[in-house]
Amino acid sequence: MTSAREEILARVHAATAEAVAPERPALAPSGPVDVDLFAERVADYEAVVERCAPEEVTERVAARVAGLRVVVPDGLPFAVAGSVADDGLVAADLDALDGVVTTATVGIAETGTIVLDHGPGQGRRALTLVPDLHVCVVRADQVVADVPDAVRRLDPARAQTWISGPSATSDIELSRVEGVHGPRTLHVLLTR
Amino acid sequence: MQAPVGTTFVGMPAFPDAARDALGDPVLRHNLAHATGTIRDKRARVVAEVDDWEDLRVDGAAVKDTALADLGTHLLALESALTARGARVHWARDAAEANAIVAGIAKGHGVDEVVKVKSMATQEIGLNEALEAEGIAAWETDLAELIVQLGEDRPSHILVPAIHRNRAEIRAIFRDRMAAAGRPAPDDLTDEPAELAAAARLHLREKFLRARMAVSGANFAVADSGTLVVVESEGNGRMCLTLPEVLVSVVGIEKVVPTWDDLGTMLRLLPRSSTGERMNPYTSTWAGVTPGDGPQEMHVVLLDNGRTRALADEVGRQALRCIRCSACLNVCPVYERTGGHAYGSVYPGPIGAILNPLLQGPGSSAWVDSLPYASSLCGACYEVCPVRIDIPSVLVDLRAQVVDAKRIVPDVSAADSGVRPRQRPAAPSPQSLAMKGAAMTFASARRLGLAERFAGVGTSLARRLPWLPGVSAWAGARDLPQAPAESFRRWWRRTDGGRR
Repeated sequence: MTSAREEILARVHAATAEAVAPERPALAPSGPVDVDLFAERVADYEAVVERCAPEEVTERVAARVAGLRVVVPDGLPFAVAGSVADDGLVAADLDALDGVVTTATVGIAETGTIVLDHGPGQGRRALTLVPDLHVCVVRADQVVADVPDAVRRLDPARAQTWISGPSATSDIELSRVEGVHGPRTLHVLLTR
Repeated sequence: MQAPVGTTFVGMPAFPDAARDALGDPVLRHNLAHATGTIRDKRARVVAEVDDWEDLRVDGAAVKDTALADLGTHLLALESALTARGARVHWARDAAEANAIVAGIAKGHGVDEVVKVKSMATQEIGLNEALEAEGIAAWETDLAELIVQLGEDRPSHILVPAIHRNRAEIRAIFRDRMAAAGRPAPDDLTDEPAELAAAARLHLREKFLRARMAVSGANFAVADSGTLVVVESEGNGRMCLTLPEVLVSVVGIEKVVPTWDDLGTMLRLLPRSSTGERMNPYTSTWAGVTPGDGPQEMHVVLLDNGRTRALADEVGRQALRCIRCSACLNVCPVYERTGGHAYGSVYPGPIGAILNPLLQGPGSSAWVDSLPYASSLCGACYEVCPVRIDIPSVLVDLRAQVVDAKRIVPDVSAADSGVRPRQRPAAPSPQSLAMKGAAMTFASARRLGLAERFAGVGTSLARRLPWLPGVSAWAGARDLPQAPAESFRRWWRRTDGGRR
């Protein structure tokens, strides 16, 4: 008996014997990077956007998470007073915390998107998912113009999370409502 | 080849009958008009922001056509990249094989429940029902899928399966049904969308935190890197892709794109066409197992289930470019009035009208054969399609295939050429008898003259006797024109072309 794999591949080959791949059109090159547009478009998703100097980050983060129990990943380049380190917390532990503080890999101006590749300072994926507040520090030099530029800068071998605002749904009468399963509050600190 | 199962809701009537029922439901029509109107406006706004949108559409079509033209090579590349990164790859010819693979993995781990990311492929194969038969509960975690599942309802839209429900109906479903499935809805639940979303958050969180196995689909599967991509809004997808120990992804073979860079175009096209956003809230990408992060056991089931049949159809093949955005549903005048249930499939609307016949084959059932006619051929679907699927042309070609499948005299030359197998019907349809009669009449000047002489009598008879067999189906929905007192040919003979 032929295996499913052999049979499917044989059918595919028979069906595509005459098929020819088309030419790809030349797309307009990406425009210049506009960091103001990035800030504006992140804010469009009902996320909070705060701009500050790199040396102000520690202080701004401390002010945002004051009184909250937050987890921080390994490799975060600044200290968060009173935070919990991620030393093998299970999902239920994360669920009992209020928030998480991370850095990011890429920001996309065109769409107001933040991409995490979960390297140092960004933590494993569950960290930025289960707690209800995500404070994310993005550097201006990480912002690219559009989605194709972001794709070219990212490594397909790494697990990634692309975040555009807080979790949301359009499932009730097609109107967007913020706040379902992911963090209901996204706070972005954009440094110069 | 065995006909794929699962795509059809059991016992579905043909489209015209199902549509008639839907048209009689004023709540449904109001809900649909409101929802499709909202999403059409949102899409138009964000599409207008992109200067080179038309070039992007051409490129999106080219990405998918490039993948399909050499699909065998790309599938093998995907398989080897996934395997190298610790995922186990399975192949499934049809729904039954795919369902058995998923159930086998669940039983191997002794789980009696799985959490699910919204996935058209698993809807298509009827995975939830198959798992239930094995004693495994499959919990849908997308809000709209949850509404459909709790309401023991059927999906009616690709993106928003509960689009036919308004907020008051959703509140009633949550109040009445959540308790039996887990954490009950709050006592003071109102029909505010934000409160309904919060109730879903509480209800599902306990399921996310305890789940050991998840099932997903994939929006894209990148051949050269073995990266799978899931695009979503709520974070339920991230929960399923991240928290459980075991992840099974059921991926149609047409989801392949050749390279990682191809996502640059696809991820610009999809959210704007789908939810009318610049970008959807969350996109997850992963390439096999990431040590210490997320599920440590991963399976990918590559699904055929009729896709190679569609691939062999030279006109219809383009339907496999579909990225399931739903833009064609939202602009379709037929869909807006009948809703999705009338199409009898998890794939409703214009794309469903071509995808179901392509996956299952024209002539396979009266239901399938009715779908290519569920359209006015207005072309709005083609204009909004982000991968430029020429749905009207495919519909017309499928209509020809449906007619061919019912021919009185099988077209022997076409059957022998092996291009497109024709099916010999049991009995000729009234339409093919009428066409046969018309062909005989037009072939002879004498017969045409006789027919013209009696045309006036015939139409006035038909107007008076609309119940006559063969007349009722036509005249029931149309006004017959009055035949002129004198035919053109008779006028020409009498006046010598107007010179007398």
